[in-house]
Amino acid sequence: MFELLGIPPQALFGQLLLGLINGSFYAILSLGLAIIFGLLNIINFTHGAQYMMGAFVAWMLLNYLGIPYWGALIIVPIIVGATGIVLERLLISRLYHLDHLYGLLLTFGLALIITGIFRNQYGISGLPYAIPKQLAGGQNLGFMFLPNYRGWVVVVSLVVCLATWFAIEKTRLGGYLRAATENPTMVGAFGINVPRLITLTYGFGVALAAFAGVLAAPIYSVNPNMGADVIIVVFAVVVIGGMGSILGSILTGFGLGLVEGLARVFYPEGSAVVIFVIMAIVLLVKPAGLFGREA
Amino acid sequence: MPMLHKAIFIGLLLLGLVAPFMLYPIFVMKVMCFALFACAFNLLLGFGGLLSFGHAAYFGSASYISAYAAKAWGFTPELAILCGTGAAAILGLAIGSLAIRRQGIYFAMVTLAFAQMVFFFSLQAPFTGGEDGIQSVPRGYLLGLISMAPDRNLYYFVLGVVFVGLLVIYRIIHSPFGQVLKGIRDNEPRMVSLGYRTNRYKLAVFVLSAALAGLAGATKAIVFQLASLTDVYWTMSGEVVLMTLLGGMGTVFGPILGAAVIVTMQNYLATFGDWVTIGQGIIFVVAVMLFREGIVGVIARIIRRPL
Repeated sequence: MFELLGIPPQALFGQLLLGLINGSFYAILSLGLAIIFGLLNIINFTHGAQYMMGAFVAWMLLNYLGIPYWGALIIVPIIVGATGIVLERLLISRLYHLDHLYGLLLTFGLALIITGIFRNQYGISGLPYAIPKQLAGGQNLGFMFLPNYRGWVVVVSLVVCLATWFAIEKTRLGGYLRAATENPTMVGAFGINVPRLITLTYGFGVALAAFAGVLAAPIYSVNPNMGADVIIVVFAVVVIGGMGSILGSILTGFGLGLVEGLARVFYPEGSAVVIFVIMAIVLLVKPAGLFGREA
Repeated sequence: MPMLHKAIFIGLLLLGLVAPFMLYPIFVMKVMCFALFACAFNLLLGFGGLLSFGHAAYFGSASYISAYAAKAWGFTPELAILCGTGAAAILGLAIGSLAIRRQGIYFAMVTLAFAQMVFFFSLQAPFTGGEDGIQSVPRGYLLGLISMAPDRNLYYFVLGVVFVGLLVIYRIIHSPFGQVLKGIRDNEPRMVSLGYRTNRYKLAVFVLSAALAGLAGATKAIVFQLASLTDVYWTMSGEVVLMTLLGGMGTVFGPILGAAVIVTMQNYLATFGDWVTIGQGIIFVVAVMLFREGIVGVIARIIRRPL
């Protein structure tokens, strides 16, 4: 077998795959954040908790109601998205006229509540969620072994990200959305119900997070802290990408996942901080982010 | 200093002097350390308008440095605390000079991400003891003379440190520098057009706030004889935001009250486990939705005097 810089290819490709999978989650989550930020101007700190909720609701559906993975993939985003809509109507919508800071603080408080409830109920040890049997096993690609489920995660997240990008950039509804981010008053004057558009957007962003949670459930153990750890990396991803563009957050998410995977091969101690180091460099060179527009 | 503020400071000092006779001294010291931490944070948020979501980095790294200095190098407590404070200031300068390149919520996210980097460093660095932290830090002898082992001695030392810290913050707020800061908070473009180099002021207040947060963290490490990962984790950053928000951001005395309420709650409700987290979350939501001025802010509005 050939070797790359003294690293056996199995290890290299294995870590790259792992990086790609983490990247898929970064991409979906930062995409959800970007969409919510775009229209609501709120950094949704609850995003990590909503991702965790997605994994937990999938687990509950399976263990309490016997609904398997495939059903969960559709039902969970709807349920969690609906809770998001309730939150938006009850609480978040009352803060739009205030400084951004309050939205951040409110969603941070909500994240504490949601995480606390799940920790109370299920402890912090984590619950197993089996890979659906249609996706068990794997493929031997010659240079590496690809577990089917992991391949599926990468493909389906790419599809979801691109579909979202298409919906926002190329459809009429997406057009309304983009117009409403630019000038909500004007769009309202054209007879479009902007508050409802905002509510649905928040619900959709939350549903994306929950969808990522369902995808994550069979890979990571389902536990109340899973969101808290990933959300901070996603914030860094958002700062690096710059929240201006939808495509930017997708590309940055996948790219940084890969970078993290590479770091794990060549300098394992640094893998946890490599994204933050990149963030520091990007801030020095291009403060608005790689794809961001200078405000 | 107006009469009212003078009276409050004297009242606080008297309260601090008699508190150990009525309450458990270690508990009161914990309240004081967090009060200083919250006031340092409020200097940045309430007066500079900069929401740092990563203040645990300065609090926690200072506690590591001072614990290490006291334990491995045998520094006296005051030198160890100075070391920690200095380290926090340097860290604040490094992170602050990058973070002030972004504004608003981006600023918050950047500070949070850097704080997480500090957390991972603390987890992996050889001298921090990983998950165990630095334990059984000696309290030592103040100036090499007075033993800090009795709680009573340590208590009055901590009271002195915290009180001086609070006076320094008060002085900063009410100096011309503090007035410029408030101007930047309220309308940055106006201050730029008046000729102020606002980034320098923002960086300066960031470093001051980091150093004072470090002073609080370093003191806490000596009090508890422990530096641990909890102090650098991002939930600690959230807690200090909560203390400030609850007490009243932008008020002088609010964060002290906020810290006292939160620490008391954590102390006496500790047996309820995660309900404390939920309770903190609910306080956050209620404070943001219903009284954004915080407790002291509301009082100040009622008596129509700045507090």
